[in-house]
Amino acid sequence: MTEDPDCEKCEELLQGYLDRDLAAEEVLIAEGHLEDCDYCRRRYRFEAQLRRYIRISASERMPAGLLAKLAQLRGPTADGL
Amino acid sequence: MSESGAAEPEEDAGRRVANEARERVHFEEEALGLADQVYRVARRMVGTREEAEELVQDTYARAFRSWKSFTPGTNMRAWLLRILTNLNTDRGRKIQRTPDQQPLEESDYYLANRLAAVEGEQALEQEQVVERLSQGGVVNALAELPHDFRDVVVLVDLGEFSYADAAQILDVPIGTVMSRLHRGRRILKKTLAEESLT
Repeated sequence: MTEDPDCEKCEELLQGYLDRDLAAEEVLIAEGHLEDCDYCRRRYRFEAQLRRYIRISASERMPAGLLAKLAQLRGPTADGL
Repeated sequence: MSESGAAEPEEDAGRRVANEARERVHFEEEALGLADQVYRVARRMVGTREEAEELVQDTYARAFRSWKSFTPGTNMRAWLLRILTNLNTDRGRKIQRTPDQQPLEESDYYLANRLAAVEGEQALEQEQVVERLSQGGVVNALAELPHDFRDVVVLVDLGEFSYADAAQILDVPIGTVMSRLHRGRRILKKTLAEESLT
């Protein structure tokens, strides 16, 4: 836990920063702080890894056979195509 | 109508039909090429593989019927998922009408802090530290998110849709997408901390 208001601010900017959704001045605030703060830098890096891990862990390939079932739902094929 | 007068429009009509058939086939092929990506999102929006398969089939059946309402050149994956989330919402209304409780989320560093408390602060430097959380735990934590939050987290973090696309798919304002996404991720991390690190 931290009581440092700069770290608190940095924590607040975490999601927007990783989503590339911060205003330019907020990016500067986050990056300026991260340069000096191991504590926050580790947590940003962890968050980035976590997001990748969540995507990989939760991603499940389409079952074999589903594509063929979907193809059967197509409309009648016109002659000559 | 004279014979010569009828020949020309008939030919036009024939061409139009052929063109339309070609466009439809093109549409269907593009849509089928996205099936795996659509399924991956669907799979995490519902509880079982069977439900996901059914939902994707219903989605494609509707998409193939209403292919003309798709605007070529726009994002077809988003268009398909718009159909899918609509179908899923209708289905949800029929099947499970669980009231949306609003779980409390912790702050954004919560999971990292909990990991650091268990494994040591330096462990956060290691790439494998996330593997301390099981893949099954991640899937369960996602499944436990209230569906409003889950849909947004699944679309953005798994489907890699932009906020704007997610807003369009779910038919909610972009600000709603952002707040649900941010809160949903916090709730997810809290669940992961509670279920994987105790």
